Amino acid sequence: MGTLKVITGNYAAAEAAAKCRLDLIAAYPITPQSSVVEHLAELVYNGEIDTDMVQVESEHTAMSVVQGGAVAGGRVFTATSAQGLALMYEPYFRMSTLRLPMVMAIATREMTSPETIWSGQQDAVSVREAGWIQMFCDDNQEIADMIVQGYMISEDPEICIPVNVCYDGFYSSHLTSGVIIPDQEEVDKVLPPHRLHHPPILDPDSPLALDPMTPGELLMHYRKSHLEAMQRAQDVIDDVDRRFAQVFGRSYGGMIEEYRCEDADLVLITMGGSTGAGKDAVDAAREKGIAAGLIKIRFYRPFPAKRIAAALKGKKAFCVVDRSVSFGWNCGSMYVETLAALAAGQERYASFSAIGGLGGADISYRDMVAMIERLCQIQDQPGEYDTCWLMKD
Amino acid sequence: MKEIRLHGRGGQGVVKASQIIVRAAVVGGGNGQFIPFFGVERKGSPVFGYLRLSDTEIRRKTQIYEPDMLIIMDDSLVSLPQTYDGLKPGGVILINSTKTLPELAIPDQAGLVAEVDASGISEDIFGRNLPNTAVLGAFAKIVDLVDREILFDEINKAFGEKNVVAARRAFDQVVILRGEL
Repeated sequence: MGTLKVITGNYAAAEAAAKCRLDLIAAYPITPQSSVVEHLAELVYNGEIDTDMVQVESEHTAMSVVQGGAVAGGRVFTATSAQGLALMYEPYFRMSTLRLPMVMAIATREMTSPETIWSGQQDAVSVREAGWIQMFCDDNQEIADMIVQGYMISEDPEICIPVNVCYDGFYSSHLTSGVIIPDQEEVDKVLPPHRLHHPPILDPDSPLALDPMTPGELLMHYRKSHLEAMQRAQDVIDDVDRRFAQVFGRSYGGMIEEYRCEDADLVLITMGGSTGAGKDAVDAAREKGIAAGLIKIRFYRPFPAKRIAAALKGKKAFCVVDRSVSFGWNCGSMYVETLAALAAGQERYASFSAIGGLGGADISYRDMVAMIERLCQIQDQPGEYDTCWLMKD
Repeated sequence: MKEIRLHGRGGQGVVKASQIIVRAAVVGGGNGQFIPFFGVERKGSPVFGYLRLSDTEIRRKTQIYEPDMLIIMDDSLVSLPQTYDGLKPGGVILINSTKTLPELAIPDQAGLVAEVDASGISEDIFGRNLPNTAVLGAFAKIVDLVDREILFDEINKAFGEKNVVAARRAFDQVVILRGEL
């Protein structure tokens, strides 16, 4: 049945990770993630979990240490944000391209400069092409549940790709609410003991060379296989959501969540913690007789192209709310990818990109109401409209 | 859903007090949510908190622009324009202060206005200015948003019996400056 706790998003991530029978955690603190690894250190110190904890001198080393642990067959965990993720980039890319399973929490944060420590999704979104599976959570319960699901997905022998469980810095990482932390026996039901699917395992008694210099022709086979596994992951993600629901009674929809979309003409598309305000705005619009709905992109990698195209079929207009920018386009990256997902179809939409919530700024309920109002105005004239910046002045 | 905005300074316990209210709401079978908003994390700098209490699921995770209630932990903050900003007509103000209504520059739209000398109570009990648990006691007196005994029980679990004494004293010593309980 689990235990109802009143905790922050960071603690929800830590408490759930503590139920995953981790072998190794390596950690370096960074705002707003710090309390994830601080709480895990506390649990290790108190003897509540039988896990090795290595305090390292940088995020680059944190990822390198857990990489060694994963090659040795261990289930490993770490967490980071923003500049820490940037410093980690070299072993981060190697972790996924070695096809080593793990879960890393990212309390997402704006990238410097200008100097900032506050919320935004630019950090995680900027590394979406580094081979990891990336999912974004809305509320604290989803954070806890996705840490567990993250290992179920990552360790699937058909996948073997590490998973980022991302959630908004401060707006979720520091948000206190009630969360059901699953019991150990329940987690054990869905997450069996970890076994590496690529023997031989790194072992000092039988040394082996790992990751030798690889010629391009062979390297391309690895990349092709990685991309194919990413596509297979879409079915695995939906299946894990169903299996998880059978044990815990909570289902999130897999790759995407559709909210009041069935008969909608106008659709907001969100990712992460802004979803809640979007749903409230959809409900308010419905009360006024406006046929609004919402799609929550839960997984950004792999990108849920087919499910988004199916969910938008027959709709008139949509707005994609990004909490980061695409510097090469005059809009958010999720908007670009949504348009790409629709390119093969014959449907024509009125659409625009909205950018907000950078550097700790709020994406308010009123912003979401305003986006629906703009969709109302443009719904009968298909085309791409100017990017809307959600700024107060 | 009731939206409460808290104003205080780093070190006064805005976050801990709000988490205790959320805990009391959840233990009592309701829903609660609290999001802190820091500038730089150091003692003395202004801290905001966004607290929501509801019988139904709380979905939005945003700042609060039109609060039903303000809890002000430090009366020097009333000179900042953002402190009273957006208070709903008839909204409740609870302030840690011994000043008069004109000195507090209470906005016209406020309904119930209550003050409590939470700093004085905490100085008396702890020898230090730790006003948050006394403010919780005053909160329990003036609004009926969480179960009083559950709240005091959660104060006890978080901070111990002395803080319950502070809360109970504040409960008895709240002064109503405007409106009626």
